[in-house]
Amino acid sequence: MCATCGCGDEAGTRVTLLPDPGVAEHGHHLDGHPPHEHDHEHDHRHDHRHEHKAEAKTDRTIVLEQQILAKNASLADRNRQWLADRGVFAVNLMSSPGSGKTTLLERTIATMRRPTPIAVIEGDQETPLDAERIRTAGCPVVQINTGAGCHLDADMVMRALLALNPQRGTLLFIENVGNLVCPALFDLGEATRVVLASVTEGSDKPLKYPHMFAAADLVLINKMDLLPYVDFDVHRFSADVHRLNGRTEILKIIATANDSLIHWVEWLTLALDRSGFVDDHLDRVHSSG
Amino acid sequence: MHELAVIQGVVEQVTERLGDTRVTAIHLTIGKLSGVVPDALRFCFELAVADTTMDGAILEIDEPEGRASCRSCRRDFVLQHPILLCPCGSADVSVISGREMLIRSVKVA
Repeated sequence: MCATCGCGDEAGTRVTLLPDPGVAEHGHHLDGHPPHEHDHEHDHRHDHRHEHKAEAKTDRTIVLEQQILAKNASLADRNRQWLADRGVFAVNLMSSPGSGKTTLLERTIATMRRPTPIAVIEGDQETPLDAERIRTAGCPVVQINTGAGCHLDADMVMRALLALNPQRGTLLFIENVGNLVCPALFDLGEATRVVLASVTEGSDKPLKYPHMFAAADLVLINKMDLLPYVDFDVHRFSADVHRLNGRTEILKIIATANDSLIHWVEWLTLALDRSGFVDDHLDRVHSSG
Repeated sequence: MHELAVIQGVVEQVTERLGDTRVTAIHLTIGKLSGVVPDALRFCFELAVADTTMDGAILEIDEPEGRASCRSCRRDFVLQHPILLCPCGSADVSVISGREMLIRSVKVA
């Protein structure tokens, strides 16, 4: 239930903007609603208690032929346009829980030498713990708590974008809910999709969760320092990823070791350059310098 | 369990199109490569339609198989898994069907 307008919030999603890094306060709770006008009543247009005559005499068939995910797809397109208008490059980062998404982001924020502003949208079922880690790493962050939800969708991301209000030229990471199944299906309006896997998870993940790997623009294999201690076949993993998705790149990393992030940072820099948003970014740097 | 979100999307779209009209059946197409499990949709359906115009409606789901076309041997073949490999050994294939997720039609009283 939204405290502002009293309308139901059936998914229980909450969007929380954390204060700027360095400010020791709790985040402002935004009630998780898009900024629609509230001068209207949210009453129902019909009575739910009317008699249903299911066994009606002549049922008529109405052909719809609509894409089931059409609504999310159109909201995702709106997000993509919103991001493009502001020169914001969005990366949808997905993995199973515990692969190292948040650690990777902490280290990426610390490692990126380029004067690119970075911001993060954190998705988790509960708690602002990850957002607090990102805030400590020193960049603007919004936490989405999905409650019962197992993935982020385009509507949640728009609410988070409005709360975050990223500056022009921002590299935006959207850390999806840790889950190799559901997030694969929902376009958020991102420019690129990165899937993180770690050697402790086993090399059979691509075949077990094919939709996730089929949708990736880049696959990162994390925790390579643990390879001697686990039964993970890098060749098999890479071959299976390419059987599902011939165009994706694969990079091996150790998220906790900055030197191993060079190729990842290069990949991001190249993706950012190719996006065309870089010109806006340079204008900004030049005009401020 | 994205099937709940998927079926809620169906309910929303049908409500948008048909308003207060009572719906007695919903016909979906869920391709076998779509990543959505029809049994899980059926499991969520009753919950998703409670107190809507679709309460008590019948859910029918077609499940077209995955089909792909091979650019190397120029043959079409059935794709059981999302692994893009032709029986001829080529990975140069394109998916023709099996990824559909559609609301085909509804029956109204």
